[in-house]
Amino acid sequence: MAAELEIVSREALFDLALRLGDTSLVLGHRLSEWAGHGPLLEEDIALSNLGLDLIGQARSFLSYAGEVEGKGRDEDKLAFFRNAPEYKNLLMVELPKGDFAFTMVRQLLFSAFHLPLFRRMINSTDTTIAAIAAKAEKEMSYHLRHSSQWVVRMGDGTEESHARCQKAVDDLWPYTGEVFEVDNNARELIEAGIWVDPEYLRDEWNGTLDAVLNEATLKKPESGWMQSGGISGTHSEHLGHLLAEMQSVQRAYPGLKW
Amino acid sequence: MYTQALNDPSSKIATVEEGEEKLNDYFMERISADEKIEPNDWMPASYRKTLIRQISQHAHSEVIGMLPEGNWITRAPTLRRKATLLAKVQDEGGHGLYLYAAAETLGISREEMQQQLLDGKARYSSIFNYPTLTWADIGSIGWLVDGAAIMNQIPLCRCSFGPYARAMVRVCKEESFHQRQGYEILLALCKGSAEQKAMAQESLDRWWWPSIMMFGPHDANSTHSDQSMAWKIKRISNDDLRQKFIDATVPQAHHLGLEIPDPDLKFNEKTGHWDFGKIDWDEFKRVLAGNGPCNRERMEARTKAHNDGDWVRKAALAHAAKQAARKSTRKAA
Ligand SMILES: [Fe+2]
Ligand SMILES: [Fe+2]
Repeated sequence: MAAELEIVSREALFDLALRLGDTSLVLGHRLSEWAGHGPLLEEDIALSNLGLDLIGQARSFLSYAGEVEGKGRDEDKLAFFRNAPEYKNLLMVELPKGDFAFTMVRQLLFSAFHLPLFRRMINSTDTTIAAIAAKAEKEMSYHLRHSSQWVVRMGDGTEESHARCQKAVDDLWPYTGEVFEVDNNARELIEAGIWVDPEYLRDEWNGTLDAVLNEATLKKPESGWMQSGGISGTHSEHLGHLLAEMQSVQRAYPGLKW
Repeated sequence: MYTQALNDPSSKIATVEEGEEKLNDYFMERISADEKIEPNDWMPASYRKTLIRQISQHAHSEVIGMLPEGNWITRAPTLRRKATLLAKVQDEGGHGLYLYAAAETLGISREEMQQQLLDGKARYSSIFNYPTLTWADIGSIGWLVDGAAIMNQIPLCRCSFGPYARAMVRVCKEESFHQRQGYEILLALCKGSAEQKAMAQESLDRWWWPSIMMFGPHDANSTHSDQSMAWKIKRISNDDLRQKFIDATVPQAHHLGLEIPDPDLKFNEKTGHWDFGKIDWDEFKRVLAGNGPCNRERMEARTKAHNDGDWVRKAALAHAAKQAARKSTRKAA
């Protein structure tokens, strides 16, 4: 891995690893909130599976971020001792879990983008990123299948489930613009072949969503104003609460081994 | 059904016409020969009823048990611990599923069993009516509660009812992982700072007695035990299991450097067992009757999940019905 550091800045690579790691961690955390509270026992288990995949990805990306940074921070230092403005996750994943429709629509929007993203990142010139992406790609294809099936069931199911699902699509839509944002750090990595230009993923993303939403008899909103800020550290009101909870034990007893 | 394949049609099977008494004699003959009873074999109505009660209660315990541990998933102190805990809670959900499936072979639906739980007609293990107040409680539950569950469940792997016995074989493997993980959490705390060790001790102080109550009343006061032993549903008595658990657990506590909160605990050289103090059966009865620290909250959480999920289950059914209708119109066309 160290070879790439000669052609791209350490800061840019650190930033990317955090962006991916934080996004997976926060979404994994939201999914884990369903354990014991799902609509069906099978879904308690399935949502835990999705959460476990994401927490696993987060650990890999954050460990790598720590390695790239080179200041001795490991996955836990990075997860438990950064404040909200230092988190780089997408805003979409920090929103509260909502109802089952919100959770599944978010998972659909997320995995419809992250599946092709990771598929392309398998060819990243950074071998660590490529290896993490290869594992994550398989996981994302399951996430996409599972969430698509549920969105179709709920969209097509009853009047209530249709309405809840459409509301979730409408509420989440403004958060979908952020996945396509490219800042200077990302541009540098794209040029070095480490990261993927999200514009190349837009058609596949649209195609996947059109197919699922169509089968679910749901309307895809007009692309209007989009929320922004997660990847630069300006988050929603929700992330602070999530971190306060997640970090509580480590912050109450700093410097100990668990 | 996977269980039917295991019924040997060539074996001597009493027919229904032979009359209830003869059937029962033959059933007891099979029990004494340690044969497994399978779902479509003849069985006394009371055997069926006992099993439904026991297996569904066991399933409910797995599911309610997700709540106290789930309480710490979002606060686990490291990412590794978070993943391990989430996976454990997920396993417990899986145990619930196998057990509901085993009970369903006796002719009751999962929905019916769940309704019995929500209506307060079916019980779950009282241990889950105690709260998880600190991270150390996640260690204590794994070590003591999963540990006690293993003691209880290992003999159930030889239970006379085939589907239950087979479910237990699978469950026991996972429970022993849970027990080790729990112990490892406490080991980390006991090797840590004074505060961490105190956290572990305080947790053991709260969980010890409820854990040893998990084995149920003393044999002399156990209402269902004799019949269950005769049917080989139960293989070892409550008191024997409890003693086995205490004998196994005391040295583990000492290895952690923790003190078991029982001043009467003493190794008996003559018997080779650890003698222990008087169990507070009033507390046991009180919590069983609904007055433990978390009984109401646990049932409220379960009821809320069930009610909030109602529209989701209806949507899945409606979609499946529409799919089937669309298929048949396509066929007709
Ligand atoms: Fe279990
Ligand atoms: Fe367990």
